[in-house]
Amino acid sequence: MAKKVIPEKTPIPEQAPELRITNFNEVALGYSDDQAVFEASRCLQCKKPVCIAGCPVGIDIPRFVDMVAHGDFKRAVEIIREKNALPAVCGRVCPQESQCELVCVMGKKYQPLAIGRLERFVADFAREQSNGAPLFIPAKKTGKSVAVVGGGPAGLTVAGELVRLGHRVTVFEALHKIGGVLVYGIPEFRLPKAILQAEVDQLAALGVEFRTNYVVGRTEMVDELLSRYNAVFIGTGAGLPYFMNVPGENLNGVYSANEFLTRLNLMRAYLFPRWDTPVKVGKRVAVIGGGNTAMDAVRTAKRMGAEHAYLVYRRSRNELPARAEEVHHAEEEGIEFRFLEAPVAVKGDAKGWVTGIEIIKMQLGEPDESGRRRPLPIENSNYVLEVDTVVVAIGQGPNPLIAQTTPGLKTGKHGVIVVDPETGATSKPGVFAGGDVATGGATVILAMGAGKKAAQAIHGFLS
Amino acid sequence: MHKILSKQTLAPGIKRFEVIAPEIAQRRKAGQFVILRVHEEGERIPITIADANPAKGSITLIVQEVGMTTRLMGEKKAGEFLPDVCGPLGDPTHIENFGHCVCLAGGVGVAEIYPVVQALKTAGNRVTAIIGARSHDLLILENEMRQAANKLLVTTDDGSYGIHGLVIKPLQEMMNRGEKIDRVFCIGPVPMMRAVTELTRPTKIPTIVSLNPVMVDGTGMCGGCRVTVGGKIKFACVDGPDFDAHEVDFDELVRRQQMYRSEEKEALERYVKSLEEGETEKKSCQMAEIFQALMPSNAGKNSESFLDSKAN
Ligand SMILES: Cc1cc2nc3c(=O)[nH]c(=O)nc-3n(C[C@H](O)[C@H](O)[C@H](O)COP(=O)(O)OP(=O)(O)OC[C@H]3O[C@@H](n4cnc5c(N)ncnc54)[C@H](O)[C@@H]3O)c2cc1C
Ligand SMILES: Cc1cc2nc3c(=O)[nH]c(=O)nc-3n(C[C@H](O)[C@H](O)[C@H](O)COP(=O)(O)OP(=O)(O)OC[C@H]3O[C@@H](n4cnc5c(N)ncnc54)[C@H](O)[C@@H]3O)c2cc1C
Ligand code: SF4
Ligand code: FES
Repeated sequence: MAKKVIPEKTPIPEQAPELRITNFNEVALGYSDDQAVFEASRCLQCKKPVCIAGCPVGIDIPRFVDMVAHGDFKRAVEIIREKNALPAVCGRVCPQESQCELVCVMGKKYQPLAIGRLERFVADFAREQSNGAPLFIPAKKTGKSVAVVGGGPAGLTVAGELVRLGHRVTVFEALHKIGGVLVYGIPEFRLPKAILQAEVDQLAALGVEFRTNYVVGRTEMVDELLSRYNAVFIGTGAGLPYFMNVPGENLNGVYSANEFLTRLNLMRAYLFPRWDTPVKVGKRVAVIGGGNTAMDAVRTAKRMGAEHAYLVYRRSRNELPARAEEVHHAEEEGIEFRFLEAPVAVKGDAKGWVTGIEIIKMQLGEPDESGRRRPLPIENSNYVLEVDTVVVAIGQGPNPLIAQTTPGLKTGKHGVIVVDPETGATSKPGVFAGGDVATGGATVILAMGAGKKAAQAIHGFLS
Repeated sequence: MHKILSKQTLAPGIKRFEVIAPEIAQRRKAGQFVILRVHEEGERIPITIADANPAKGSITLIVQEVGMTTRLMGEKKAGEFLPDVCGPLGDPTHIENFGHCVCLAGGVGVAEIYPVVQALKTAGNRVTAIIGARSHDLLILENEMRQAANKLLVTTDDGSYGIHGLVIKPLQEMMNRGEKIDRVFCIGPVPMMRAVTELTRPTKIPTIVSLNPVMVDGTGMCGGCRVTVGGKIKFACVDGPDFDAHEVDFDELVRRQQMYRSEEKEALERYVKSLEEGETEKKSCQMAEIFQALMPSNAGKNSESFLDSKAN
């Protein structure tokens, strides 16, 4: 019996744009039970579901969606959790439009199933129900121990998998909060800190030990961890900010996106002076870049009271690497996109404060090795855009600290740690790595996928 | 959580804390620092590790109250806790047997140069230390420094103790006498480090300064601590904090240090207002103020004339 297709995604309730640019509360409010059941009923339950392959960790999408459609949210979350330990996070930040929803059969003719929104709904339901009790009972203790370096999605995934297999796990994190980019980079209005904390608390309840303020490569070396633990996993991410190398980049008022977002998210500068850390956000802010980081910075600037929040990107809208949903949200919020423009200098006043950026206009040439059309400067098209704050969000690489202090650890282009992509094994026996530190800046789910593979390999190594 | 074992006032507004941090105590080397927070909603601030007792698992921090966070730190009592102490951070000071080293420090900088002097001496150097303060009651660690260095000279700006003048005065005199100096280390307010830099520039005595830009994470992640050294961007928290003085762009450092001036003032004023006792006397950053007063904003360019007039 052919099923009647419901062509459009069920809209998700959101804060109105005029309202949300005045606060840091979450933009999307989430489905109600009824909305979730209705949306789930759109799924065709395809005989050959292609969505599963579209998901980097292979969640059994049709099965969990079917449970939602039948109102069995509890079973739905169990199905997701078989594959994904951070569904509340992934449901919010995964670029679904280029993963599962890209290949969803319905998407060929109509709108794809809102898989991300359903994942989020199910995870939120489970969190509200569970009262923090662990969802899994760890296996019998193996007596083996693993040190996980870095508390981002890669490290948390490894920790979760291994503790469930009965190993003793300690996570060492440089900052005072666990979560990596999820806590210092991604703003509250996209991923509330409390949701992340609930996931971390789950891991703690399972027995994962967390050591914050612990910089491996400074507080203790990888080799020393190796002598105390049976294996080490390095998931230190790609936290080293790149700058543009243009004149004026050190003027007062020029931030790396990492500093800007860290002050605002980790240190809650938007609550200054109630919280102690300040941040400077002018009336005219330019954010350079086009990825999720740039989008987060520019939308944050708007919320901090910028009258003009510009996003300066050297390619066109089609090439924007940020999640489609966030680009859409940014447009609604009045972010002023300046496509095909690139800064060549930062201008300042006599006191050393930013007054503007000199921009050169670009056009698109032939595709480059990334497959995207290469931006080419248009001669004599320069002009100055008046701004008083500049945020540079043009990418980041792995922090060299671990590589510099770990003899025998092989690194490659841009300082990434060289790993076997199937196991995460590095050139050093007993040391595994994964996530952004091995790939350069990527996505949460890819970091988690790498963490899962590494955890399996570590388990094999320990057995 | 890091327990404060003891607290002691060394001079008005300068306090010494002994804090439990076993891993840091084990590993720290001269020139390294920690990043700490005083409370759960607090700022992350860098403080040099002045000393450590690995057996006891403790480190010593010496803090001068300049703004809100350091004042809040000053309020902490023995037996209380600091939520976060992260370290040891920064590249350790490069120590080898250079020969004769002169180590200069002013104000709370003395706390920062103390481990450097100890390490240099252990490495076989002859160390002349010159420490200064505005007046005698603000001088810290005199006995410790006398123990650590081969020779200690003390200066006070008001002449209330030791040599009357700034710390560069004895250095200038040593240079005038043609004394052999293999390396100079200087830690203190920027105007002081700058003056020393200009003094040793013509004779090219290798000179190391410890830079103090505003930091957030201290691990090379935010880029907020960037300084220009030899025309290149460096992150002071991972590439430093020590740098070749003759290559440093001090103008930029001074400028970037002032980025949050109005917010810092606002925070401090609110804090002071919140103290009902009306304890409003501002004991802030005396050394910096003196040097700033002596060296007006254009002083960077003609600090040689400043040296001439001040240190004959
Ligand atoms: C602002 C921003 C927005 C983003 N938005 C999205 C999005 O919407 N969707 C998406 O899928 N991806 C997004 N990404 C990318 C995604 O966050 C990363 O791909 C992912 O976090 C990588 O995970 P990770 O565990 O490898 O590293 P990280 O999340 O970077 O975590 C690494 C952790 O290791 C710690 N660490 C580093 N060095 C040391 C050391 N020496 N010792 C101890 N600890 C150390 C760090 O402090 C950090 O906590 C975004 C990234 C940024 C910066
Ligand atoms: C590597 C390093 C080692 C240091 N060691 C010591 C030490 O041993 N003892 C000591 O008393 N002080 C030390 N300092 C200085 C100390 O960090 C600042 O005095 C402190 O951060 C001021 O914070 P506040 O909130 O009290 O004052 P604020 O009013 O916020 O600031 C006063 C001035 O302090 C500086 N400052 C402010 N915030 C920071 C920050 N997050 N990082 C760096 N500088 C900042 C700025 O120049 C500012 O103008 C060190 C600084 C660095 C970079
Ligand atoms: S491809 Fe789309 S419609 Fe088919 S099973 Fe997957 S989610 Fe359902
Ligand atoms: S303090 Fe953030 S990079 Fe140095």
